[in-house]
Amino acid sequence: MSTGADRAREDPRIIVLCIGNPDRGDDAAGRAVARALRALLADVDIIEEEGEATRVLARLEGADAAFIVDACFSGAEPGEIRRFDASAGPIPRAALGASTHGFGLAEALELARALGALPSRCVVYAIEGGTFDICAPMSPAVAAAVDIVANRLRTDILANN
Amino acid sequence: MIVKTIKVDQLARVEGEGALKVVARDGVVQSAELNIFEPPRFFEAFLRDRMYSEAPDITARICGICPVAYQMSAIHAMENALGVVVDGPLRDLRRLIYCGEWIESHTLHIYMLHAPDFLGYAGAIEMARDHADIVRRGLDLKRAGNSIIALLGGREIHPINVRVGGFYRAPRRRELQPLAEELKRARDLALATVRWTSSFDFPDVERDYEFVALRGEGEYPFNQGRIVSSRGLDIAAAEYDEHFEESHVEHSTALHAHIKARAAYLTGPLARYALNAASLSPIAREAARDAGMGPVCANPFRSIIVRAVEVLYACDEALRIIDDYEEPERPAVEIEPRAGTGYAATEAPRGMLYHRYQLHADGKIADARIVPPTSQNQPSIEEDLKIFANAWLDLPDDALRHRCEQTIRNHDPCISCATHFLRLDVDRGG
Repeated sequence: MSTGADRAREDPRIIVLCIGNPDRGDDAAGRAVARALRALLADVDIIEEEGEATRVLARLEGADAAFIVDACFSGAEPGEIRRFDASAGPIPRAALGASTHGFGLAEALELARALGALPSRCVVYAIEGGTFDICAPMSPAVAAAVDIVANRLRTDILANN
Repeated sequence: MIVKTIKVDQLARVEGEGALKVVARDGVVQSAELNIFEPPRFFEAFLRDRMYSEAPDITARICGICPVAYQMSAIHAMENALGVVVDGPLRDLRRLIYCGEWIESHTLHIYMLHAPDFLGYAGAIEMARDHADIVRRGLDLKRAGNSIIALLGGREIHPINVRVGGFYRAPRRRELQPLAEELKRARDLALATVRWTSSFDFPDVERDYEFVALRGEGEYPFNQGRIVSSRGLDIAAAEYDEHFEESHVEHSTALHAHIKARAAYLTGPLARYALNAASLSPIAREAARDAGMGPVCANPFRSIIVRAVEVLYACDEALRIIDDYEEPERPAVEIEPRAGTGYAATEAPRGMLYHRYQLHADGKIADARIVPPTSQNQPSIEEDLKIFANAWLDLPDDALRHRCEQTIRNHDPCISCATHFLRLDVDRGG
């Protein structure tokens, strides 16, 4: 695993990592952002994942900049959007909600940081979910937040280039 | 009277949500409870009236860490009910996908959940700051397991290519070759893992477990074999219900399993190793011997070495299967629904996983029973706590609490898998 800074590369490698389970209500938010963003931006590596921590780590490998989107459950209003600069410091676990397996996105990012594998730019968008029931549709507030996050990501990524 | 209570309200580095409570009076442990408070999940009820063919994909959802084990126990039990035998390359492919799950699950436990206990770290992140190369090795090794499951299962988590009768699609020989290259590297990493774990300091303790595991004919068990124990049990999966029973305890949403007329037993790596060490491949046997392992390991703290040996075996066995693989004529055998009852036990990474299904004539499920390894091991885990903690009562509270947590992590409990039961008592007021 090499760090972004270690590698001499003319074009920085930017990835967008969209995390979620499409069959669990608002947990689909990250995956929906992937679809919305593909319609807005070509030539960007948009990756969809279910969120298993070591898979997230593997995806970060070799990226110079990573933009990550995930649904969260922290007690805020459904649809609330929070943006964290993970390259500046750890994301508060409470803001994302604890994974039942105790090893979620916040831990994956900290493990990447400890291994020197965290991209030099790493931004996380967390969309507050209201329902995570099996086969439930996404709530309207979260669906609205999906479009807002996709547009913000587009602005972020264009500014990064 | 001096009363000492050690409580951990939220166990870290285990799969799922649980707690522990140990109560000592006058220097003697009176009770030890692994408290499982995850809500029940009703999978056995979900399965009723669904088609036999849906069971592998529904039960895979019980666990994100060991979905293959649920799929394998489900398909073997269904095939038992339907009078179908799957052998040849399809049988080998099932062993291969199981190798992937053992590599993935064991490596996660060894490196991320268990090793920090022995090296004095709060967790994998803290350990990675000082031992980045070692943690990278663990991640690379785990990835080889993921690759097997992705190739055979169609995706890494909750595979979708497994079906009753075989697979939806069997891989071409040439597709397996890149996997073989990755597995050769993984086998070296696994050997390094055995050596690394054997260098840890272990508490000098042993337990008189009754080990229970499958025993295959000349092969280390994954999918098939008789259920045997270190005290003479030797039965077919169909006889499981005659010899084992489950009971509800107040402090847990998981059932406790016992051998009838006897007591607690242990399933999992220590049991598989004790009952099958002679069937390991030569490289795994040699690595175990070099790591100081005898034919039986009754020290649960040393289970981390046994897991590493099993990862090495799984890499080696996967390579053997790939080398011998001949593409099957069809990816699955034909199935005709019929009424019947089917039984199967397979070896999930954490231990034996028993499924029983009763089918209607049209192939719909009339009744389902699933006994996961963690509910089988829970009584033994609590006995470990009760016995070991006596010797540790003079330790400072933090150290004692940590030792107790480690005692539970020795067995890699998957609490999420275990909580599928709720006794519902309704008081209707007369």
